[in-house]
Amino acid sequence: MNLANYDFDANLHRFEQGGERIVLDVNSGSLHSFDPVAWEALKLLEELRGNWGAVQEQLTQYDQAEVAEVLQELQALAEEGTLFSGDPGPYEPAFPAEPIIKAICLHVAHDCNLRCEYCFAGTGDFGGDRSLMDLEVGKQAIRFVLSKSGHRKHCEVDFFGGEPLVNYRVVKELVDFGRKAAEEAGKTIKFTLTTNAVLLDKQVREFLEANDISVVLSLDGRQEVNDQMRPYADGSGSYGLVAENIKAFVAEQTNPSPFAVGTYYYVRGTYTHHNLDFDQDVLHLAELGCRQISVEPVVAGPEAHHAFREEDLPVLASSYERLAEEYLARRGSPAEFNFFHFNLELGKGPCLPKRLSGCGAGYEYLAVSPDGTLYPCHQFVGKDEFKVGDVFSGTVNLELAKKFRASHVYNKPECRRCWARFFCGGGCHAAAHNFNGDLRKPYKLGCQLQQKRLECAMYIKVKEAAG
Amino acid sequence: MKHIVTVSKANLKDTLKTGGCGECQTSCQSACKTSCTVGNQVCSK
Repeated sequence: MNLANYDFDANLHRFEQGGERIVLDVNSGSLHSFDPVAWEALKLLEELRGNWGAVQEQLTQYDQAEVAEVLQELQALAEEGTLFSGDPGPYEPAFPAEPIIKAICLHVAHDCNLRCEYCFAGTGDFGGDRSLMDLEVGKQAIRFVLSKSGHRKHCEVDFFGGEPLVNYRVVKELVDFGRKAAEEAGKTIKFTLTTNAVLLDKQVREFLEANDISVVLSLDGRQEVNDQMRPYADGSGSYGLVAENIKAFVAEQTNPSPFAVGTYYYVRGTYTHHNLDFDQDVLHLAELGCRQISVEPVVAGPEAHHAFREEDLPVLASSYERLAEEYLARRGSPAEFNFFHFNLELGKGPCLPKRLSGCGAGYEYLAVSPDGTLYPCHQFVGKDEFKVGDVFSGTVNLELAKKFRASHVYNKPECRRCWARFFCGGGCHAAAHNFNGDLRKPYKLGCQLQQKRLECAMYIKVKEAAG
Repeated sequence: MKHIVTVSKANLKDTLKTGGCGECQTSCQSACKTSCTVGNQVCSK
């Protein structure tokens, strides 16, 4: 195979972790584990711009027969398309002229019983008045998604806030209404609810269970970590009640899906500059009995006391690596847990069109504020320039929809040659807008942490394959 | 193979022909919500 013009940087990712030498073939999505001879051969092949003969001549520290074997193996992988594969793009995903809206985020409450320091929603009010969604607005939003979802059979409704359980009565009625309306439309609605668990009592738990509602529960980990960032309005910590409620909830969950398909739960925390050793918070959640855990980096402007600094990155990388080792050590034991970002099904992952289109904000997925105004996603709610319509008129701003769907990885200069481009969906639109004022310029720190998480996930794959 | 172990064999290009049905769950690339980053999803087919 002629590799003279092959873009190694953009199309192969090599890294070492825990004594493993790992190679991702970016375009095929294939993952390989190399021995030392193969590793050195690949490095040299890149340095020599694909000069196979020179690799054989220069790898004199190894047995020449072994080097010849390695080169044959590299060639064989190239021929089967799992190494040195080319980028399928530039490829413009095909979109219908009229956006197909299949998912909505219902802001049933712009109010919250907590005052989390890092809340992107301005502690629940999204920069406006504290308000609750009326039942009629919610019903109209459900009619909207059912009518705008075209031929899609599966629609999604996420109850969000603020804190959705402060408007529990409306949540309950909308689930009942949504089920019937979906059935009449020949569709199904998958409901999820994102809650801080303050109001997650037995009655609510039974309702969620009876209605197959997936749940994302917020708790940051250790008490002192959680309470520093997640106080009640009076400043007192929320850990005590929240941890008890979450323990009761997860104790009733049997065999939840680790991939956020079907009915699932995740206990989700946020880590900040104040707990760079967040792996300890993941383990704390596991000790509480949580088996499905996702702890993620805060997104905050540089002025915030909890925002990350440049020097935090290597510390965070070490925390991810420690977490990967603990994750592996606990596999198969009663103490095992799933960490969302370590779940990577390389062979059964999403198709390329999905990988390119990412979250679909603005054209497949919209957020609905309590008064029925539509925004590209929950993070844009309250930003007037991003209003895309309302559920009553049923119209969607096509120009904004086009702008969002054109903001895919092939149209982002920093993504086009990034090795992680088919795993991240091009990053978060809101973060790109908030940090760089440009949907096509991704939030760099988010990218760096995403890359580290992916490396750890791939390392785990390699270790698990080796038994 | 003696020197290289393929841990996962995939061909993303092939999914250009078979994919795009749109029935899978919406992902979220931000760190604030359900965290369904596209790489951590499975195909629903």
